[in-house]
Amino acid sequence: MSAILNDETKKVLTTPLVNDNPITLQVLGICSALAVTSQMSTSLIMALALTLVTAFSSAAISAIRNHIPSSIRIIVQMTIIASLVIVVDQILKAFAYDVSKQLSVFVGLIITNCIVMGRAEGYAMKNPPLESFMDGIGNGLGYSLILVTVAFFREILGSGKLLGIEVFKLTKDGGWYDPNGLMLLPPSAFFIIGLIIWGVRQWKPAQAEKVEFKILSIAHGEGGHH
Amino acid sequence: MEAYISLFVKAVFIENLALSFFLGMCTFIAVSKKISTAMGLGVAVMVVQAITVPANNVVYHALLKEDALSWIGIKGVDLSFLALLSCIGMIAALVQILEMILDKFFPALYHALGVFLPLITVNCAILGGSLFMIERDYNFGESVTYGVGSGLGWALAITVMAGVREKLKYSDIPAGLQGLGITFITAGLMSLGFMAFSGIQL
Repeated sequence: MSAILNDETKKVLTTPLVNDNPITLQVLGICSALAVTSQMSTSLIMALALTLVTAFSSAAISAIRNHIPSSIRIIVQMTIIASLVIVVDQILKAFAYDVSKQLSVFVGLIITNCIVMGRAEGYAMKNPPLESFMDGIGNGLGYSLILVTVAFFREILGSGKLLGIEVFKLTKDGGWYDPNGLMLLPPSAFFIIGLIIWGVRQWKPAQAEKVEFKILSIAHGEGGHH
Repeated sequence: MEAYISLFVKAVFIENLALSFFLGMCTFIAVSKKISTAMGLGVAVMVVQAITVPANNVVYHALLKEDALSWIGIKGVDLSFLALLSCIGMIAALVQILEMILDKFFPALYHALGVFLPLITVNCAILGGSLFMIERDYNFGESVTYGVGSGLGWALAITVMAGVREKLKYSDIPAGLQGLGITFITAGLMSLGFMAFSGIQL
């Protein structure tokens, strides 16, 4: 095991989780992070699909990286990614048809998910296959972490359930919890991600962005109060 | 005619690609710092969307759909699983061609849009538009309407967003929320605003 998990591998596996998270810091792959998170089950499948596609596409691209002419590399990467996504899409249609219907176009949109392209371009083109594979897994996990967190809050607050199992008993069934309908609607995903980013940056202040215009603590004409 | 108008309004407002399907979010967040650039990108997306959705519609109906190849005598072939690959290939190729045409015949427009065109290939709003077109089984006329409408909706959303962000940078925001965090919350509020259209029955 220690032969496989050397320092570099460990680094590429763990840094994308919090320190260099693809969603909260690199601002990649947000589209699907928001759209599939109204339920835990869809977001888990989506997270799994994206992690696998990122890992295998990174490994495949890295394996042929020395043979790709740089002028057509984007198209080569796209083709590899699109083929992998087709495989995932067909597997989902065959074995999890309901989930595949719920995810609708978002499985296809893994092709243009910036995480996959970003890792292919930014890491796999410069590193050997095994590390690239691990890097893909790591970034996929970082993405999954955010996706599952958002889905957790949206599903439990929006419908009182987790993975379809009732956790909070709803008022309409004689329980105490009145579901918050907003959580099932698109805007809530924006709010939750915004708050997650706030939380992470409060915890790791180094990630906070520089202020463009600082408000001076002395206001006009109020002499001495501040 | 009425059906087309209602589809157009639906694509622009009710089913806004950016704010209710979250498509093209990466560029939506990254390129919405200034109104002028946001508008440039919005126009580019609209143009590309208006060309690629109908083009993909033609390819899908003429080549990929079940039994679509019967016009050249091949029956019982269903290539619809190749839709993903053909859509993205089509988009990449069309963006490339559009770039060359603009460069040759409309240099001013090319310089205005130039930087954004390559970005558009990986914009999920474009691929998403084509995939929605396939999923909802639009005919050619509907796909033209949907392409223009959804592109316009996206352009509208990013321009409004840039307007809000231009003012937002003067406000006093907690350190951790600065930048990306507050942008998301703003987008959420805008999305709430756009949801007001969802009750409209056309």
